[in-house]
Amino acid sequence: MQAETLLEGPDYARIRKAHADHWLVRWTLTFLALATLSLLVIVPVVNVFYQALAPGVATYLRNLVLDPDTRHAIFLTLMVAPVAVALNVVFGLAAAWVIARFRFPGRLALTTLIDLPFSVSPVVAGLVFVLLFGGQGTLGIWLRDHGYQVLFAPPALLLATAFVTVPFVARELIPVLEAIGPEEDLAALSLGATGWQMFWRVTLPNIQWGVIYGVILCNARAMGEFGAVYVVSGHIAGQTDTMPLRVEKLFQEYNTPAAFAVASVLTLLALVTLVLKVVVEKRTRHTVSSHSGTSRGAA
Amino acid sequence: MSISIKNVTKRFGRFLALDNVTLEVPEGSLIALLGPSGCGKTTLLRIIAGLEYPDGGTVLSHADDVTNRSARDRNVGFVFQHYALFRHLNVFENVAFALRVRGWKDDEVTKRVDELLALVRLDGLGERFPAQLSGGQRQRVALARALAAQPRVLLLDEPFGALDAKVRQELRRWLRRLHDDLHVTSIFVTHDQEEAFEVADRVVVMNHGRVEQIGTPQEIFDHPANPFVMDFLGNVNVFHGRIHDGKAFLGEAEVSYPESADLPSSPAQVYVRPHELDIATEAEGTASLQARIVHINPLGSYVRVQLQLASNEAEVNVDITPHRYAELELKKGDLVFVAPRRIRVFVEPGTQVS
Repeated sequence: MQAETLLEGPDYARIRKAHADHWLVRWTLTFLALATLSLLVIVPVVNVFYQALAPGVATYLRNLVLDPDTRHAIFLTLMVAPVAVALNVVFGLAAAWVIARFRFPGRLALTTLIDLPFSVSPVVAGLVFVLLFGGQGTLGIWLRDHGYQVLFAPPALLLATAFVTVPFVARELIPVLEAIGPEEDLAALSLGATGWQMFWRVTLPNIQWGVIYGVILCNARAMGEFGAVYVVSGHIAGQTDTMPLRVEKLFQEYNTPAAFAVASVLTLLALVTLVLKVVVEKRTRHTVSSHSGTSRGAA
Repeated sequence: MSISIKNVTKRFGRFLALDNVTLEVPEGSLIALLGPSGCGKTTLLRIIAGLEYPDGGTVLSHADDVTNRSARDRNVGFVFQHYALFRHLNVFENVAFALRVRGWKDDEVTKRVDELLALVRLDGLGERFPAQLSGGQRQRVALARALAAQPRVLLLDEPFGALDAKVRQELRRWLRRLHDDLHVTSIFVTHDQEEAFEVADRVVVMNHGRVEQIGTPQEIFDHPANPFVMDFLGNVNVFHGRIHDGKAFLGEAEVSYPESADLPSSPAQVYVRPHELDIATEAEGTASLQARIVHINPLGSYVRVQLQLASNEAEVNVDITPHRYAELELKKGDLVFVAPRRIRVFVEPGTQVS
């Protein structure tokens, strides 16, 4: 396709020639990079699976399946993460659209606020929810009087997780929407589409890979979230422990094989996410480049 | 459907994009909005389409006030400068879009889209995606898409701007023929005066958010309303001189200009197009200026001669026929005489004396 011929990669052979340093320099740098990667990433990841499976496959499965608290933690994580992701998809789409398409007072403030959860420590975020929904907070008292338990219950886990993962979808979509530009949306309107028809038939199909990419990143963070969830959960085994919390608890109880078993499931989920991410990354790059290919062809 | 624009004003922040613009577009006509970039022509087009709203003034479609109506309710076809084709839909679905959102039945959609693809000579390309088409093909898809729901008005934003010269020539003539067949009221924006003059029934010349002149191509070419229009229509020689007693004085030359007989003596700008000057090897009475040939540029159907006036070293361009050129045996460096055949005089405030 035209887009691919336009986006030919750099001439690696030439670059290599230009960068032909002494072999000692090259080997040292390569060795340092590989050593760091091994020490910090490969060894720990392999170790997780080794430790989990060391007592035997039977014990590994028993650790995961027969412990009701562990089962509940897995269940809870698989419930909380998707709901948090769904909330952030809706919010992220709306925020990204407003930021990319309109110029209004407070636009910069909104953009900055979206990044806030990245810069604030998750523990602080958790604490904010404790103060808001706890026994001292006005909102907490009102909710308790009306029979709603938020803190130390799944709703708080959801809020904390959603807060920490706010930036992912919006951050991913703002540049995609900006690259695509408003013209196709306007074309849809001028052809008689309603706002909803424009969104479902034109806007969303154009940004779908960006949305999926955002969802994957958001989901990875949501399942792994520890700090904020730790503060608001209350650590009630079988009720408010998510997988990361369960890992920590088992580890504190010196049940190392079980802790590693749960950790291995989290790691596996992370690895799957990583593979999906690479696949989707290729697709998003493809759509964005075929777009820029089009406009370049037209310019 | 006729369009009336009355006293439309539009600002972007401090920038005044449209300054009290009034314009009538008769039913079935093909109008060009012509002007340099930033003159407000695209803003005006978008206001007519409902993609932009004016700060003041009204837009009437036939007799309806549509000033505050959305693009969706106006039923206009809009062809975007870079086409804005839906990249995730194939050609067929792009053209079908306006019909789908109106809830047409599948077989009716197929019939209408096939009809349109034949009209824009893209039969058989329905399955292609926009990225697989050439610029000219994309342009025609955009046109078919805009025409699908039988709009009352067709608006085109620099429709040929992104195409190479040869394709542009072809499409221009084709658009003109298409308009003659369909008779849908059409307005297009361009910065290319040749394009405007070739395609449009009437041309609206704009500058700095204002309409400078409206007229047929012939009217505008023959009677430019002011120096801006004269300048914008291309190559022109400007002499600074005076008018006095029905004559224009350009340096040592005096040219009869009876139209100015009633005016008081005043400084004036004298505009002469290159083809309205002649070159002679002998002085013709008092009507010619001495000049030296700087450069000779044979351009096929005519020869452009660049000269420098002997009096004040100002540069003058003269177009002569190849025949005349051969007759005179001109060479670079020759000292010759330049005589204006026809002049236009604008006295200082900028209005033509006529």
